[in-house]
Amino acid sequence: MPTVTPSPAPAASPDETALVAALRRGDQAAFATVVRTHGGRLLAVAKRLLRDEDDARDALQDALLSAFRGIDGFQAGARLSTWLHRIVVNAALMKLRARKRRPEDPIEGLLPKFLEDGHRVAVGSDSPWVEPAETLLQRREARALVRDAIDRLPEGYRTVLLLRDIEDLSTEEAARLLEMTPNAVKVRLHRARQALRTLLDPHFRTPPA
Amino acid sequence: MTCRELIEFLMDYHAGTLPAAQRASFEAHLALCPPCVVYLKTYDEAVKLGKGACSNPDDAVTDQIPEELVQAILAARAKQ
Repeated sequence: MPTVTPSPAPAASPDETALVAALRRGDQAAFATVVRTHGGRLLAVAKRLLRDEDDARDALQDALLSAFRGIDGFQAGARLSTWLHRIVVNAALMKLRARKRRPEDPIEGLLPKFLEDGHRVAVGSDSPWVEPAETLLQRREARALVRDAIDRLPEGYRTVLLLRDIEDLSTEEAARLLEMTPNAVKVRLHRARQALRTLLDPHFRTPPA
Repeated sequence: MTCRELIEFLMDYHAGTLPAAQRASFEAHLALCPPCVVYLKTYDEAVKLGKGACSNPDDAVTDQIPEELVQAILAARAKQ
């Protein structure tokens, strides 16, 4: 069961404190409330990591049952949503590891190329992008395009990018869950971000005049 | 500093953990290398896009939990 440091974000509401107390008593109605209140968002987290509806549903079920059994480990002052989030991430990562392993696609083709003297080989026309991210993100199709690009990253890099940049885990938390060193997480994250930039560049770069 | 080193040190530069001398070399390289300025900018934009594309409330309609899954989870809990 992941340990969650109490979040400095808004403290648990009286409703949440009462809900946790009910969970500790084994109250089924409280469990149903948790499933309905948090289940949708948590299912989306599992789907992002697993990219498979059935696996995501299994991971969510495993996680929520595990959370209910382990509610005594929930620390006063922590946020229930944060605690559940970490448990679902962990369940999804366990499922990812249990999947039949395939050789990972290399990421090198998505990284910048350099000449022997260390200068970068320009790809296309090193053009700025047409609009800033804030503007692009207002468009549904641009958001879908970015999510698709994330899905095209090699699995081990995609997972690190999701944990760090989307699920907002610290380097140390991600390293612990992935059984990697923090430095390996940093290297993978940097490569994943470079690869994402490469995949997005043809879509967003300013066309030649 | 070369373009390769600049890209290698990018995360440390952003994190503010690059030693002062390397930071100065990093910035000196940027002043002389417009393609690296563009690379840095588009890298940052890609990070922002990645973070923002999965957290837009307008897409939250897909974050609903299906009722049959709720029932399956409650049934599994009742069996324990």
